[in-house]
Amino acid sequence: MKSRLSAAVHGWLLLLPAMALLVAFTHWPAVASLVESFTSTPRPRRPSRFVGVANYEQMLADPVFWQSLVNNLRFALGTIPLAIGLALLMAVWVNDRIPGRTFARMAYFTPTILPMIAVANIWLFFYTPQYGLLEQVTAALGLPSHNWLGSRETALAAVTLVAVWKEAGFFMIFYLAALQGISPTLAEAAALEGASRWTFFRRVQFPLLMPTTLFVLINAVINAFRTVDHIIVMTRGGPDNATSLLLFYVYQVGFNFWDTSYAAALTVVLLVMLAVAALVQYGWLERRVHYR
Amino acid sequence: MDRRHFLAGSAAAALARPALAQGGPTEFSFFYPVAVGGAITRVIDSYAGDFARENPGIKVTPVYAGTYQETLVKVLTAHKSGTPPTLSVLLSTDMFTLIDEEAIVPLDGFVKTDADKTWLGDFFPAFMLNSQTAGQTWGLPFQRSTIVLYWNKALFRQAGLDPEKPPATWAEHAAFVERLTKRDAAGNVSQWGTQIPSTGFGYWMLQALAIEAGEVLANQEGDRTFFDKPGVVEALQYWVDLAQKSKVYPPGIVEWGTTPRDFLEGKTAMMWTTTGNLTNIRTNARFDFGVAMLPAGKRRGSPTGGGNFSIAKKATPAQQEAAFRFARWMTQPERAARWSIDTGYVGVSRAAYGTAAMKDYLAGFPAAAVARDQLEFAVAELSTHENQRVTKALGDNIQAVLTGSKAPDRAMRDAQAEAERILRPYR
Repeated sequence: MKSRLSAAVHGWLLLLPAMALLVAFTHWPAVASLVESFTSTPRPRRPSRFVGVANYEQMLADPVFWQSLVNNLRFALGTIPLAIGLALLMAVWVNDRIPGRTFARMAYFTPTILPMIAVANIWLFFYTPQYGLLEQVTAALGLPSHNWLGSRETALAAVTLVAVWKEAGFFMIFYLAALQGISPTLAEAAALEGASRWTFFRRVQFPLLMPTTLFVLINAVINAFRTVDHIIVMTRGGPDNATSLLLFYVYQVGFNFWDTSYAAALTVVLLVMLAVAALVQYGWLERRVHYR
Repeated sequence: MDRRHFLAGSAAAALARPALAQGGPTEFSFFYPVAVGGAITRVIDSYAGDFARENPGIKVTPVYAGTYQETLVKVLTAHKSGTPPTLSVLLSTDMFTLIDEEAIVPLDGFVKTDADKTWLGDFFPAFMLNSQTAGQTWGLPFQRSTIVLYWNKALFRQAGLDPEKPPATWAEHAAFVERLTKRDAAGNVSQWGTQIPSTGFGYWMLQALAIEAGEVLANQEGDRTFFDKPGVVEALQYWVDLAQKSKVYPPGIVEWGTTPRDFLEGKTAMMWTTTGNLTNIRTNARFDFGVAMLPAGKRRGSPTGGGNFSIAKKATPAQQEAAFRFARWMTQPERAARWSIDTGYVGVSRAAYGTAAMKDYLAGFPAAAVARDQLEFAVAELSTHENQRVTKALGDNIQAVLTGSKAPDRAMRDAQAEAERILRPYR
């Protein structure tokens, strides 16, 4: 009896440090945001008071919010499949015995090591009109010049591409690790059966990689709603909010306009969206990914 | 409220003198932004070092805090957590925001001697428009500017234009840029006629055009805007026509940050930007260039711009007094002249232009006097309550027009409606 109690205390003590950090920096801020989203922003001469759902009503009527939401969904739809597909392709490629394999792996992984701010600045130069790298290439091919970040049609695609470039290498590492965990006997068996490369990938490798894909997918979804560093460096949400993502808008409302209550309401919406995504992925997808 | 601030200021003054005299150095930090090219941080550090040698009782720690926007974010975040930097350089246009947040103190209480009063009275009045409201002074002009036109004389010569004659009117400007734009047979442009940047400070550029069209964008109390006036729409129409109709200006959005670079690379023959870029351009241009006042529409004009010193409310009286002394030291005529020569910003007081250093400099480089001379036509920069929000509403709509998704009159009506919604509670 006594030893069971002490084991329980022991266990809780071990949990305590991580728990305290999580509560202080994750759970409490989320709850505080929810509470604050029902109050008005405190100003020196107008203290905060309960306003019900006024902040949410304001949100429904706020075109920049809707634009940011749509942008964010497009950004997610662009980055998630592309980054995962590319990561898988690269991983299968550098998993084989090709010459210069270490070099290729390193090259693919490099974008991950760079800080996002540095990446954004490099790409800013690529996209610069007239003398940027992209412009020099298109000019050499005789194609017309284009202001990639400065026009509404291409700005979001341009920043999406940066995120894909940055993330694919990171996801590749997970796939590579998983591929190396697949027993070589399977490859030999497939070779004996005369299975083509594609059949082997589709029938053996890909199904065995499903748990990794789920993990990568979860990360990709989170990143699609969390990555805004490059937006701040490259476009600051412009032109005319064409690249404003939800988290960037939260930052703008919170730290440029100091409308903290409205920012809290926006944060709650973002949290709810991520929670739904996590529930779908863990509750529904996870049950179907394991190869039996 | 006025009296309370005044008393706080006087109390600060009364307490500060003995505190400074009793030894034990007064320490305070000083946040400043950099919005132009060049090695500005080194210059500021050297000033702080000089000040420390002359004032052993005060220790100032300069902190480079990013762009103006980032500096404001840092200062206000620190203010809300209770320990703001005592002294900061912030956009003069954020004055109402800072007052509404009760983040800064009025400076009149620190001005006591006749010498102090003479010094305060010597700042150019155009700069004080964004530094004073309701009879109180909230900011001291430091890195202040106007928008000027830079032109590449070599490219003017190539185009068969008189290299010594910049465009003086909108019509001339439009005619010149037509000749300065180089296209190949397929219509691809290798050199643009002009660039007016539209990120970050798009509202500022539109304001210049609007002033020239005879309008002001906001009232002096900062609680009413006039974005939908016909002159403003006309100004925006002039701007967008350069890009979409005569195609002498890059399509879409033109970056504030890369515009000086484009000019230095010869990719644009003219640019509209702050005079604060002057020293950067002078150091790096491999061609002859000129600086002119902006071309006139109905009249000449430019808004003033740039940053003021502000002193935090949440600081000890001794720190506030020390910060004031540092700011006063930084704006002495010789130093204001030096700062202007080092950067290109306008010397903030008349006395700065009376110093020997400045006279020598202007004799060798007359272009540096253009921004000061333009002050005669200058108007206060757009500044309202919740300034960042109002400027964003305007900036977004300008970008919408330049990217072709809205017509100028519709965009300015939208911007005005949004500004009305934001400002109504402040009237």
